[in-house]
Amino acid sequence: MSRTTVPVTITVDGTRYTDEVEPRTLLVHYLREQVGKVGTVVGCDTSNCGACTVHLDGRSVKSCNVLAVQADGSEITTVEGLEKDGVLHPVQQAFHDCHGLQCGYCTPGMIMQSIDLLNENPDPSEEEIRSGLEGNLCRCTGYHNIVKAVQQAAGGAR
Amino acid sequence: MTVTEDRPSVEPEIGQARKRKEDYRLITGRTRWTDNIVLPGMLHLAMVRSPFAHATITAIDASEARNAPNVVAVLTGADVAEVQGPLPCAWPITEDQKAPVHPAIAVDRVAFAGEVVAVVIARSAVAARDAAELVDVDYEDLPAALDLKDAAADTTLAHPDLGTNTSATWIFDSAEAGTGSPVEDAISTARDGGILLEREYRQQRLIPAFMEPRSTVVDPTGEQITMWSATQVPHILKIMLAMTQGIPESKLRVIAPDVGGGFGGKLQVTPEEVITLMAARRTGKPCKYTETRSESLMAGHHGRDQWQKLTLAATADGTVTGLKVELLADMGAYLGLVTPGIPILGAFMFNAIYKFPAYHFSCTNIFTNKTWTDAYRGAGRPEATFAIERLMDELAHEVGVDPLAIREKNWIKHEEFPFATVAGLEYDSGNYEAATAKARELFGYDELRAEQKRRRESGDPVQLGIGVSTFTEMCGLAPSRVLGSLNYGAGGWEHASVRMLPTGKVEVITGTSAHGQGHATAFSQIIADRLGVAFDDIEVLHGDTQVSHKGLDTYGSRSLVVGGEALVRAADKVIERARPIAAHMLEASADDLDFEAGRFSVRGTDQGVAMAEIALAVFAAHDLPDGVEPSLDAEATYDPVNFNYPHGTHLCALEIDTETGGVRMRKYACVDDIGNVINPLIVAGQVHGGLVQGIAQALWEEAVHDDAGTLVSASFVDYLVPTAADTISFDIEHTTTPALTNSLGTKGVGEAGTIASTPAVVNAVVDALRPFGVSDVRMPCTPERIWKAIHARDGADDGGGATAEAAMPHFDEDQAGANDEGAGR
Amino acid sequence: MIPAQFEYAAPTTVEEAVRLLAEAGDEAKILAGGQSLLPVLRMRLNAPEMVIDLGRIEALRGVRDDGDAIVVGAMTTHADVHADPLVREHAALVTEAVSHLADPQVRHRGTFGGALAHADPAGDLGAPALALGATFTMVGPHGSRTVEGEDFFEDLFTTALAEDEILTEIRIPKHTGWGAHYEKFVRVAHQWPIVAVAAAVRAEGGTIAEARVGLTNMGSVPLRARAVEDALVGKPATAEAVAEAAALAADGTQPPSDLNGDADYRRHLATVLTRRAVLAAAGA
Repeated sequence: MSRTTVPVTITVDGTRYTDEVEPRTLLVHYLREQVGKVGTVVGCDTSNCGACTVHLDGRSVKSCNVLAVQADGSEITTVEGLEKDGVLHPVQQAFHDCHGLQCGYCTPGMIMQSIDLLNENPDPSEEEIRSGLEGNLCRCTGYHNIVKAVQQAAGGAR
Repeated sequence: MTVTEDRPSVEPEIGQARKRKEDYRLITGRTRWTDNIVLPGMLHLAMVRSPFAHATITAIDASEARNAPNVVAVLTGADVAEVQGPLPCAWPITEDQKAPVHPAIAVDRVAFAGEVVAVVIARSAVAARDAAELVDVDYEDLPAALDLKDAAADTTLAHPDLGTNTSATWIFDSAEAGTGSPVEDAISTARDGGILLEREYRQQRLIPAFMEPRSTVVDPTGEQITMWSATQVPHILKIMLAMTQGIPESKLRVIAPDVGGGFGGKLQVTPEEVITLMAARRTGKPCKYTETRSESLMAGHHGRDQWQKLTLAATADGTVTGLKVELLADMGAYLGLVTPGIPILGAFMFNAIYKFPAYHFSCTNIFTNKTWTDAYRGAGRPEATFAIERLMDELAHEVGVDPLAIREKNWIKHEEFPFATVAGLEYDSGNYEAATAKARELFGYDELRAEQKRRRESGDPVQLGIGVSTFTEMCGLAPSRVLGSLNYGAGGWEHASVRMLPTGKVEVITGTSAHGQGHATAFSQIIADRLGVAFDDIEVLHGDTQVSHKGLDTYGSRSLVVGGEALVRAADKVIERARPIAAHMLEASADDLDFEAGRFSVRGTDQGVAMAEIALAVFAAHDLPDGVEPSLDAEATYDPVNFNYPHGTHLCALEIDTETGGVRMRKYACVDDIGNVINPLIVAGQVHGGLVQGIAQALWEEAVHDDAGTLVSASFVDYLVPTAADTISFDIEHTTTPALTNSLGTKGVGEAGTIASTPAVVNAVVDALRPFGVSDVRMPCTPERIWKAIHARDGADDGGGATAEAAMPHFDEDQAGANDEGAGR
Repeated sequence: MIPAQFEYAAPTTVEEAVRLLAEAGDEAKILAGGQSLLPVLRMRLNAPEMVIDLGRIEALRGVRDDGDAIVVGAMTTHADVHADPLVREHAALVTEAVSHLADPQVRHRGTFGGALAHADPAGDLGAPALALGATFTMVGPHGSRTVEGEDFFEDLFTTALAEDEILTEIRIPKHTGWGAHYEKFVRVAHQWPIVAVAAAVRAEGGTIAEARVGLTNMGSVPLRARAVEDALVGKPATAEAVAEAAALAADGTQPPSDLNGDADYRRHLATVLTRRAVLAAAGA
C-alpha cells in the first residue's frame, strides 16, 4: 500500500498549523508529536479514560478517538490554550484551589471536560457534575475535590 | 550587625492548608511525562507479547519485521539470552524459597499471557508497531496453572522445572516467638463452650491502574547512560540495573520526571525498562518505549490475590482468645521486586487493634501462569484488615451485639499504650475510643441504624446496610533491622539534604520520589518552619539520581514519616553549622544565641542575624571564624526506630436494591488518627483517593482470566475503575495522637483510606443482607452476586458464585465488512 | 496504540460515498463518528484498507419533520439528537435513551446512524428505535431501500446493510404525548448496559392505552418485548398490574453471560427494569 499522507490545516490554541498527516494519525498523536502540545496525554485505547479530552470547535471530544484528518479545518483548544495573559482559566484556578489533582495525569482532560460541562450547564448540581464527568477517570483524588473544584468554578461564573 | 526587619511570618506553616506548588505546571499542561521526551535520533520500541499463558516458543521468524520500513533491529530472547540478566527479586522470604529465572524477554518458554517474546526497534513508534505485527512466533501450548487452589495442589505446574508450584511457606507463631500463647489451645477451648469462627475469604486479583501508562526513555550517549522512567523508585531501579546489567552504578543515571501515579504499580524493575536499556546500548541511540493501556493492564504487575483461611476463637461473651491465619498467596508467574514479601507485610496486622493472646500466621506463596503480583496500595495490610474486620462483624453477629461494641470490647484502650502486640510489634500511641466516638457522631450512626430498622420492618425493597471498619497499619517502611530480619534485600532509611543558596533561597533534596503526593509542598512547609524561610523560597528536588544521589524512594506511606524526619535532621544540622558563624557575625558567644523564625538573636538584646544573611556571608566567605568550612549545607540519613501506626474508624452506609442487587453508597464517614498533620488539604486528598480505591475493590474491580489464562479485563471497558458518577463526597475528620517515633509526630496516610474502606463496604453489604440469611458476599460485590446471595435460600447459588469469565464483545473483531459503521457509542 | 495504515476518503455527498464504497468493496469501512470504530482500529482488531468518512456529508445531518414521523439523519450526533426539539416532542424515548449513552465526549462525536449500524446489542439506541417502530433507509449503487427495525438488526454487529450500502436516515413514527423512560442498569457509569429497557406508554386516565417496550443486551440483537406490550394494553398503571405484564419481559430471550452477569440474572433484571421503565413512562 502506498504511504500516502494528506494535508490538514488545524488551528490549535489560536495558532494555525498546516501539516501532512497519515490518515491513521489520531488527533492526540498529531497534537503531541507534530504540534508539540504534550500537555494533552493518552491514558487508554478504548476511549474510557478521557485524559486526552480537548475541545474541537468548542465541544469536548476524546482526541484519541478522532483522526487528525477528521479535524481538518477545525479549531482545537487544549489545556495549554486556556491561560490568558498569565491569568488561569477559572476552572484551572479552581482545580488548584480545591486540590482537585494529585499526580496530574488526568487533569488536562478533567479540566477540559469540566469547562465543557459548565458551558452546557453553568449551574450544575453535584449529581450533574458527577455524571458530566463520567467519561473521565482519575485514580488519585477519589473525585471528591474535583467535584468541589467544578462547584467553585460554577460559583465563580455566577 | 543589623537588626533585620523583614522577618518571615511567624505563623507556622505546618498545619496550614497550603495549595500545592506542584499544581501550576500540571493544570496548564507544562508537564514532563516520560513519554513527552524526544531526543535526536531517538528510536521507538514495540513489544511482541505472548497470547498464551504457558507455552514453549518453538520458532520466531522476524525476517519480515527486520525488512519492514524504518526498522533498525528486532531482538528476541535468543538474541539477548546471554546478556539480559535476570530481573531482580529483592525479598527472598525464606532460605529455601523457590523461584524461576525471570527474563526480560522470554527465551524458550512463556509463563503468562502478555510476556514479551520480541521487541522491534524502529525509527518511529508507528513503524515499530507495524513491524511488530509481522513477527511470526510459533508456540507449543503447555498446560497452564491458573486456579490458585489447584496450583497449590500442584495439579498443573506453572514452571515444570521447579517440580512444585510452592515458592515458599512463611510462618509466625506467637508461642514460638514468645509474644503470646499457643493458638491451638485457644481453639480447643473455644470449641468447648466458646465461639469458634471458621471462615474463608477471597482477596481478588486487582490491577493498580495508575493513569499514566509506563514509559521509559534511555539515552546511551554521553558518559553516563541516562534512563527516564515512569517509576516510583528511581534509586532502587538504578542500583538493581547496575547489579543485573553489568553496568557500573556510577555510569547510570535514573530520572523519574513527572510520574502519573503509582499506587505500588510503579514499584518495580520492569522487563520493559531492561529491554529499553538493552535496545539503547545495542543501537547506540536513545530509545523510547511507552506501553498501551492494554499492555499496562496485562503486563504491569497485579496486586492482592489471596485465599484466606481464618479461625477465630473467642469466649461466649465475645472476648477474642486466638486467631489463626492460613494464606495462599498467588505470586503469578514470577517473583518481582518485592512479590514474595507482600503477603508477609500483612502477617503483623491480622491482630489489628485487638488484644489477641494467641496468634498463628502461615502463608504459602504459589506460582501460577498469570501476570506476577507485587505491591498495590496497602500491600498486605488491606488483606489483613479485611479479614479481621469481616471476622469482627461475624463475631458481633454471633454474640448478638452491635459491631462497634464487639470491637470496643476487644481493642487496646488508649491508656494501654505503648502496647506490645501478639505479632511482636510495639504500638507507640493511639486512641481508638476517641476516633470511634467522633466517627459515630459524624456518621449519624444511631439515626442510620433507626432507618435501617424501619426499612427492615416495612420490607422495603431498598435495604440499608451499615458497615464498620476500624484499622491500624504499620507504615513508614521501615526500620532497617526489621527488614534485615525479614530477609529483605535493602534497608529502610531515607536521605535528605538542604542547600542554602547565597540569594536566600533553599534547595531541599529528598531521596523520596513523589508521583502525585505533594511532597514539594509538604516538605517546603516543614523546612519553612524549621529554618524560618519563606515557603516560596524553598525548592524541593527529587527523582533524579544525579541530584538526589541517595534514597530509597516512595512507597509504604514512608515519605513523610521517614523522609520528612531525614529532612528535619538535615535542617537541624544547617542550624548548627550556622550557629558559630552567626556568633562570629554578632560578636557574641554561640551559647548566648537563640534560633527562632529563621533568625539567630543574642539573648536579652535586639541584636540578630537572619539565615539568609548568614548564607550570603558564607558564600562570600570573607570573614568566617577560623577553621569553619564555608558551607551551611547539610545532609542526614535517617533510619526509623519503629514503624508508626495510624488508625481510624470508618463507617459506611449503602442502599441495596434487593430486586436487582444494585448498590448505591449513601454515606461514608471516617475519622483517621494520623498524628500531626503537615497539610490538611493534601491529607484529605490522600484519604479521598485511598477510600475510592478500597471501595473499588469491594464493589467493582477484578482482574479476571478466562480458562485459557487470557486476561479478560484487559481494558478499562472491563476493568471497572469507578468514575465520579459512581462515587460520593465523603465526610472525613481526624483525631490526633502524635506519633512518638519521629520529631514531627506524624504518621503515614497514603494507604489508610484503601486499607479501611474495603471491609467497611463489604460489612455494609453483608449487614444489609443479614435478614436474608447472608453471611458473606465475595468481592467484588457485584449486583449479580448480591442478588444471588439474597436468593440463595430460593435455590440460586450463594454470594461466592463465579461470574462468567467473558467480556462483553464491544470491540471484538467485526465479522462483517462495510456494514458496520462503527460509530457505536 | 496506532491503527494499521489505511487510505481515507471524505466524500461530501451520499452518491460519492456510495461510489467510493462500491470501488473499495469489502476492503472499506465506513467511519460515522468513529467512537466504536476507532478503538477497534487502534487495537488492530480490524485493519481495513480504506476508511470512508461520512462526516463531511451535510445532507446526513439533522432532524426533520415528515408528517407522521420524524426523520433523523444518520450522521446527526448523539448530542444534537439529544438537544433536538422535534425528537423531544415526538420521540421522547430517544431523547431519554441518548442522554444515557456513553459519556458527553462520545455523544459529541458519535452519531445516531453510526451507533445503530454498529449493532452492538448493548448499544443504547437499538431498543428505543425498535420500540418506536423506526425504519431504516439505506442507499446503495442500486438505489435506496427501507427496512423495518426488526429486520435491520440481524445478529451481533450485523445488520441488513449490504456491503455496498450506507445507512442514510432513520424514520421514527411520531409518539407525540407518549410518556417515555429508558431504564439502564450498569455497575459503573461508563459501562455499556448490562441490561436496559426502553418503554413508551400512551396512557388514558390511569389506564395504559398503548405501550412499546424494547430490550437492550438481552440477546444478540435489540429486542421488542411484544408480549409485555400486549399484556399492558388496557391495564391500570399500577405497580401490580405492570409487574404482572413485565414478568413476561424475558420470555424467549437468549441473553449473554459475561463478567457482569449470567443469562438467568439478566432475565430477572429484564423483568424488574421493564416494570420500572413502564411505570416511569406511565408517570406512575
